[in-house]
Amino acid sequence: MLFLGVLISQGCGGEYPQSALHPSSDSATILDRLFDQIFWWAVGVFVVVEGILVYVFVRFRERPGDTRPKQVHGHLLLEVGWTLAPALILVAIAIPTIRAIFIIDRSTPDPEALVVEVIGKQWWWEFRYPELGIVTANEAHVPLGRTVDLRLRSADVLHSFWIPRLAGKRDLVPGIENQLWFRPDSVGVYHGQCAEFCGTAHALMGMRLIVDEPDDFERWVRANAAPASTPGDAEARAGQGVFMANACVSCHAVRGTQATGQFGPDLTHFGSRLTIASGVLENTPANLARWLDSTQHVKPGNLMPEVELSDAQVRQLVAYLGSLR
Amino acid sequence: MAMTGGYSTGIRSWLTTVDHKRIAIMYFVVGFVFLLIAGVEGQLIRLQLAAPERSFLDPDLYNQLFTMHGTTMVFFAGMPLVVAFFNFVVPLQIGARDVAFPRLNAFSFWVFLFGGLFLYSSVPLRVMPDGGWFAYMPLTNPEYSPGPGIDFYVLALLISGVGSIAGGLNFLVTILNMRAPGMTFMRMPLFTWMALIVSALILLAFPPFTVGLIFMLFDRSFGTHFFDAAAGADPVLWQHLFWVFGHPEVYILILPAFGIVSDVIPTFSRKILFGYPVVVFSGVLIAFLGFGVWVHHMFSVGLGPVVNAVFGGATMLIAIPTGIKIFNWIATMWGGRLRFRTAMLFAAGLVATFTIGGLSGVMHSSPPADLQQTDTYFVVAHFHYVLIGGTVFGLFCGFYYWFPKATGRMLHEGLGKAHFWLSFLALNVTFFPMHFSGLLGMPRRTYTYAEGLGLDVFNLISTIGAFIFTLSFVPLVWNLWRTWRRGEAAGHNPWDASTLEWTMASPPPHYNFAEIPVVDRRDPLWHPYIEPESRGEGDEPGGAVPRRQPEEPPAPVVMPNPSYWPLVLAVGMLLMTIGGLGSLGLTLFGLLVTAVGLFAWAFEPAFGDEAH
Repeated sequence: MLFLGVLISQGCGGEYPQSALHPSSDSATILDRLFDQIFWWAVGVFVVVEGILVYVFVRFRERPGDTRPKQVHGHLLLEVGWTLAPALILVAIAIPTIRAIFIIDRSTPDPEALVVEVIGKQWWWEFRYPELGIVTANEAHVPLGRTVDLRLRSADVLHSFWIPRLAGKRDLVPGIENQLWFRPDSVGVYHGQCAEFCGTAHALMGMRLIVDEPDDFERWVRANAAPASTPGDAEARAGQGVFMANACVSCHAVRGTQATGQFGPDLTHFGSRLTIASGVLENTPANLARWLDSTQHVKPGNLMPEVELSDAQVRQLVAYLGSLR
Repeated sequence: MAMTGGYSTGIRSWLTTVDHKRIAIMYFVVGFVFLLIAGVEGQLIRLQLAAPERSFLDPDLYNQLFTMHGTTMVFFAGMPLVVAFFNFVVPLQIGARDVAFPRLNAFSFWVFLFGGLFLYSSVPLRVMPDGGWFAYMPLTNPEYSPGPGIDFYVLALLISGVGSIAGGLNFLVTILNMRAPGMTFMRMPLFTWMALIVSALILLAFPPFTVGLIFMLFDRSFGTHFFDAAAGADPVLWQHLFWVFGHPEVYILILPAFGIVSDVIPTFSRKILFGYPVVVFSGVLIAFLGFGVWVHHMFSVGLGPVVNAVFGGATMLIAIPTGIKIFNWIATMWGGRLRFRTAMLFAAGLVATFTIGGLSGVMHSSPPADLQQTDTYFVVAHFHYVLIGGTVFGLFCGFYYWFPKATGRMLHEGLGKAHFWLSFLALNVTFFPMHFSGLLGMPRRTYTYAEGLGLDVFNLISTIGAFIFTLSFVPLVWNLWRTWRRGEAAGHNPWDASTLEWTMASPPPHYNFAEIPVVDRRDPLWHPYIEPESRGEGDEPGGAVPRRQPEEPPAPVVMPNPSYWPLVLAVGMLLMTIGGLGSLGLTLFGLLVTAVGLFAWAFEPAFGDEAH
């Protein structure tokens, strides 16, 4: 098992997209190095203690003809020894621990950091870029080489923000703004999910953080700061009509239209997202149709009401939402 | 074999009993049934998680099951099984005829039982609580948990908590006041020592939790805002109140197990405990430090670097006394004559597997490392190693050790060993892989996980382990059945153990000691073998034989009377509890019954006529 563990930590993060053992940021690397140190101390203690135990079990097993052994009350030096030895190991763990705490648990010292507000809601994530005028949901883009400074809030119950390859957890607490920062060190799509039990669909409150090359990030910002484009083809236009005429608009916003709902995710650039329903499904037309058909089946407990739609209306909505790129 | 031991029999004698041994048996049976129920809940959880994206359980049912599993295991299986051992063993080990407050003892049992039954009445009504055993606010306030589920949790824990506090008080007073002449503190067996420490822990840890539960009850029933951020309160207050209880609770569950193996290892090594005072004081230290570490359950809350550093450091300190205990157990076995009877196997298994749980505990005592581990399966692995490898193994160890004393019959060794090896295998197969699934990104309390995260294999192995766990109960139940039918007689001291409970018949007569013994040393039954550490007070030969002048007649035995009133009082409190779901009338009626029970209890004579 231990061997297996070592294998995992040597392996590529691609097979384990949500692994704390494959750090891809300064912050997650600090945590991983610290864990490694403690881990090897623990392995050392484990081997020594279990080794002695097995020796004792074999060596001192009662054999026929044994008489009662010599009775020993204790031994002062031994007691002092096995008090001090663990204490010294703990000091060796405590020093890097405290050093790490005073880096991780403080605000980022980087004045150039990109501020992103994260609002946890049952059961999805809202991302707001106050400097860039962007609002999006469940997926955030950030540029490579820049510190990301998250401001975490909750709209309802406790949640916990966790993208293991980029940072440790930080809770989203009603009435409090928490902070979390990291500087990613490679481009990629990072998986995360809520880590504090938050109700029925807690298991399906996933998210993606996409680290782009700076140029790609600029392009994404330009596209996402703009209002929604008017759909080109007829089916998508029909879908827009369905969207605006139904309950969709009371919860969802599509900037540049009369849809200004705030309760559900902002859909202005929904077509450019990778997933549907905070990471449950890949964002394909077929999956989107499945979602619109029966949201409770795809993500039990979610708060989007079922809207009665004909097959044609679903097709049109899929075309419209897909056009919001 | 006379199983009655001078007792009256029949249902009425059990309903009115104030005898600590009978109460122990009732605690044990009820706790064991709850252990089985919560085990089935755990098995269902593992079935759901056997493969990614299964739909064996729907999310709401899953959330109810893990809530019930945790709540039951801690409050209605772990605690009563611990208290069962306190009840049976402590008076016998200290040379007493019963506990200090026998009727209060019966009352503790009845309110515990009613709390458990009340909680489980939510199952047929299909309104099980679903907020986790930690019930974090604001998820558990009426806005997000509108049904009565959380009310069942709050009220069940309030009523059973009354029993726990009364029990803690009872055993504290019993051990302080009822020890036989000559049984000084430093002559007490280790299990009694740990019972004393744990009684103090219960007395200190439950009140803040009770306060929190009452706040929650008020928030839910009367619209107060103790935890409401919108009204300017801080929902994190609940977490503090919960964990300032919740962490000592872990030691309430583990220290008795440590006490049990500290008695069992010397017995089966034929060697007195190495470093007795060190083992005692390390237990005191663990309990003391246990009140200063609760924030390590909250490192991700964002309380700031200073708080996290202080609580991380305090948590690391606990590793020192814990390590000391393990080293002293090893040193006790060193040079001994180890007899691997079933009880000793469980004790050895505890030392081996608790070490693993202890080491993963050190890993998350470091707050930054914990930020990756908290609320993941890594933590699930950790505390199951502690609570199964520690508490459950310790309790089974005590079960196999004291069963002959309690029933007068020997359990079958082969079946006992099969039980041990299956549970040892099951523990490791189920929970070791969870270290990996946690570090690879699997959060706790999730009813499913996505394909493609690399978690599938580890979860499948864990589920297979859970099946082995279920299987491990077969030899245990078979063993009980076999022994019930035809178990060999145990005799006074089948293990050649050293403490007072082994001086009397098995099962003990209901008055325990015909004459209260006089104790002049530790391990009194081994006095011929032990070289005194130093010449001093109390070293003259003699041991624990009752010493009275031959011409002096034995003092009369006066035993407490059986009584209905503890049961009446508990029924009154149960009615109040049920009324708490929304019926003021029932609550007031329950209050009336409680008051009647209390007065009748107060005016009833506690002690009867001479028994023998």
